Amino acid sequence: MTESIVRKIPVASEVSERISPTVGTVLPIISTQDLSLYYGATQALKKIAFQINERVVTAFIGPSGCGKSTLLRCFNRMNDLIDNVRIEGVVEIAGQDINGKQVDVIELRKRVGMVFQRSNPFPKSIHENIAYALRLHGLTNKDALSEAVEKSLRQAALWDEVKDRLHASALGLSGGQQQRLCIARAIAIQPDIILMDEPASALDPLATSRIEELILDLKREFTIVIVTHNMQQAARVSDFTAFFYLGELIEYDSTRKIFTNPANRQTEDYVTGRFG
Amino acid sequence: MNARREFTAQRFDYASFFFTGLTGGATFLILAILAIILGNILHNGWGAVSWRFITSGTQQDMFDVNKAGVLPMVFGTAARVILMTIFVVPIGVITAIYLTEYARHNSLSTRFTRGAVNNLAGVPSIVFGLFGLGFFIHFVGQNLDHFLRPTNAEPIWGKPAIIWASLTLAVMTLPVVIVTTEEALRAIPQGLREASLALGATKLQTIWRIVLPQALPGILTGGILSVSRAAGEVAPILMTGAAYYMASLPTSLADQFMDLGYHIFILSTQSPNIEQTRPILYGTVIVLLLLTFALNFVAILVRSRIRKQRRMLS
Amino acid sequence: MAARQAKRRCLAALIGQHDFNHLMQHTAPGENRTAGWMGIRRGHRARPLEWLVEKFIFLVSLSAILMIFLIFVFVGREALPIVFGRMNSSLVRKVIPPENLDQLTPRELRDYLELTEAQLGAMDRDTRKLLMELKVETAKDIPKDKDAAINTTSWRYLVFPYQWSDYERPVSIWQPISQIPKYNIAPLIIGSIKTTIIALLFSVPMAIGAAIFVSQLAPARVKEIVKPSVELLAGIPSVVLGFFALIVMASFLQSVGGYESRLNSFVAGIALGLAIIPVVFSIAEDALTSVPRSYTQAALALGSSRWQAAWHIVLPAALPGIFAAIVLGFGRAIGETMIVLMASGNASIVSWNGFDSTRTITATIAAEVMEAVVGGPHYRMLFMIGSLLFLVTFVSNLFGELFIHRLKSRLEGKAG
Repeated sequence: MTESIVRKIPVASEVSERISPTVGTVLPIISTQDLSLYYGATQALKKIAFQINERVVTAFIGPSGCGKSTLLRCFNRMNDLIDNVRIEGVVEIAGQDINGKQVDVIELRKRVGMVFQRSNPFPKSIHENIAYALRLHGLTNKDALSEAVEKSLRQAALWDEVKDRLHASALGLSGGQQQRLCIARAIAIQPDIILMDEPASALDPLATSRIEELILDLKREFTIVIVTHNMQQAARVSDFTAFFYLGELIEYDSTRKIFTNPANRQTEDYVTGRFG
Repeated sequence: MNARREFTAQRFDYASFFFTGLTGGATFLILAILAIILGNILHNGWGAVSWRFITSGTQQDMFDVNKAGVLPMVFGTAARVILMTIFVVPIGVITAIYLTEYARHNSLSTRFTRGAVNNLAGVPSIVFGLFGLGFFIHFVGQNLDHFLRPTNAEPIWGKPAIIWASLTLAVMTLPVVIVTTEEALRAIPQGLREASLALGATKLQTIWRIVLPQALPGILTGGILSVSRAAGEVAPILMTGAAYYMASLPTSLADQFMDLGYHIFILSTQSPNIEQTRPILYGTVIVLLLLTFALNFVAILVRSRIRKQRRMLS
Repeated sequence: MAARQAKRRCLAALIGQHDFNHLMQHTAPGENRTAGWMGIRRGHRARPLEWLVEKFIFLVSLSAILMIFLIFVFVGREALPIVFGRMNSSLVRKVIPPENLDQLTPRELRDYLELTEAQLGAMDRDTRKLLMELKVETAKDIPKDKDAAINTTSWRYLVFPYQWSDYERPVSIWQPISQIPKYNIAPLIIGSIKTTIIALLFSVPMAIGAAIFVSQLAPARVKEIVKPSVELLAGIPSVVLGFFALIVMASFLQSVGGYESRLNSFVAGIALGLAIIPVVFSIAEDALTSVPRSYTQAALALGSSRWQAAWHIVLPAALPGIFAAIVLGFGRAIGETMIVLMASGNASIVSWNGFDSTRTITATIAAEVMEAVVGGPHYRMLFMIGSLLFLVTFVSNLFGELFIHRLKSRLEGKAG
């Protein structure tokens, strides 16, 4: 059993070579080797080794508690905020070990943005929510700020809905709008990678489809990694899909392959809804 | 065995009436007592409060109804409260920030510290007075004297003084300020901190620009309430700085001071003629109550105003 | 393995050359992002100001916390000689002839003359000798009484009654300002407990009744009146309540009750009760409102009346919180100073009668500490009873916290 799983994990070189022809020139931007993570004594991730390509959408699927969110939070070191977390192995982004001693985690997070499961706009105005992010990165000129705010709101397909009330509280927006505001805020500082942790799980179907359209739109400029519980969503938005189970990477391949012809029995059971 | 039931009251519910009456009576009694206390004080004292009463009193006889005033006591009380605030608020807020935002949450030392702080918030003020006497006056003050002027026998710092009274009150309110600030900080959702950090903000930027502005109403309300509590506190300053009588206002931090609360104590227990000095006594009580209630009122105002602002935003 | 590493290096190089700049319009000119974009500087070198501020935060809180622990040290320190029986208040001492001055070590001399190091250091030899001669003189004035030889600060005389030479039977007496100072703490402890019990008997039923009424039975408008009113009551300084008890209440209660002494633990207890009503009320009210509304709704849906729901469902669930309210009210009452100082009459009598004039631990400290000689037996005795008070309130707070903790875990456990 274990052996068969191990065999199916795509080795770094395999993936890039195998996938290259299908999506044009892709470059691996995130890669992990033997990544294990412990919360105290419990192991949440078990020797994850794979890589994620640039400017594609990669979806992480798997049942609750399989470690997919934890893995996502490894990529911008949000796990640092939790006590008693121990990480072994290597996470490299653009060829640099992000857990290395010389890495400035602030700089890392500027380049690896994140959108959370529950929308978390700051209790400030819509404009200020985005301007806050921009100011953190040294943009102080008022006109430049307004321009950048407009640009990212347009990019997040939110501009038309909020342009007349930019200075109203962000908390007055609907759930879907709030989540798109969070996306606008994340892309305002032009990261290379956007991590999305079940961004649509708390939204109604209409708002969800708008988020999905947005993701497809954004992948032209950003590398997107999305954790989702919703298999249809993974199928609709992602180019690659990784299936996790109990902290292990079971299968990782192009989304079409995972959903039509998975190599692993467990993956098949999960995507067809037989368990999970 | 009638299957049909009427939905009208069948009988008077005596138990319910009794129980509601009893608890409601208790509530009414509390309100009535409060009304009696405040009514009595206002009724007897309002006539005694005049502009002259508030603005004079430094050199006159403190037991003479026509001459006595409360200016030195108002000055002393205000000065010690302001000094205390200067010491306690920054230190308390910074400590609370450290405990909530930096210290490891479940480590033994944090839990131990938090337990000690929580517990000290309920320790009697007289114990803090003893601490002020033993530590500030007889340890810090005497050593300061010994260090600064070893030959002179006359103590300057090693005796009761306004600085020691203020510091004692600061130590007394410190646990309260820490606890209320911690509560206000912990009420901020973790999601906001994560959002800010994920945007590449440093921890300090997150605290300064996201967490603190959000927690401000809570911190302010807690701070003002503890200041108002300290304003009426007498026991600790009794032994660390309050004076029975002073001919002039305090001019240095090493001077003693007159205090509204302590003055009420003196007028009620050591007056040569309690009937004659009654108007001064009631007048002083009103001034002290005005001061503490004004602080409470400001706290409530700040709380509701910031709440309203937030509601307007949303 | 080596091939793989080479490949990785190759990839890194590729990404390094890859132009990220088009993504970043706000990038300042010249700030090119390379493979090393995550910075080679971190911590205090990357952001020195923030590093400094964070170190400052750490230092300030460390000193604040140290300050808090100093309280335990400095209150206890003064009391330790009494606790361990190292203090001697006996008036009969071994007298050292002044000629022996030079044979004494400085430490012995200091102890003998009862001086601090600083005081001794400021004296020359003649002054010391003069003081020693003075000692001999005073030794002659000591009464030839058997009591004079007693160390009245030893535990036996602190706790148990003793028949002093002028007395007909053994007594417990606190009389620190007399030729033979007597430090029996029994009257003070009884006074404190008696007054506190009266305060609790008066305030707890009222405060908890009001808490039940406000949180369970009353319409919202009543709540809007009662809660600020209780806050107002909490805002009244204790010296004002003491004044009210002394000037207004004492005479009124005496005319109603017709008892002998105008100021007694009954008057003080009632006033003390007023001071702790807000404490008990707000903790109990918090506990009662923290019981989920769904409990009440379930009970009402089963056809019980509002008071039945409150009595059978909400009150049992909130019971630990009610206990906490009582325990914390106790801690507050036993430590309150000004009210008892003004309204209890301050006579140190061993009596459980609530209408006798009485004296509490707190009032004793407040009234006597400024008159006591620093470092002397009286001073240390006051710190000793202060530490006792500290200990009692600390333990009662601990229990209060424990009850609140239990309430929380109980409600969470049941809800989850």
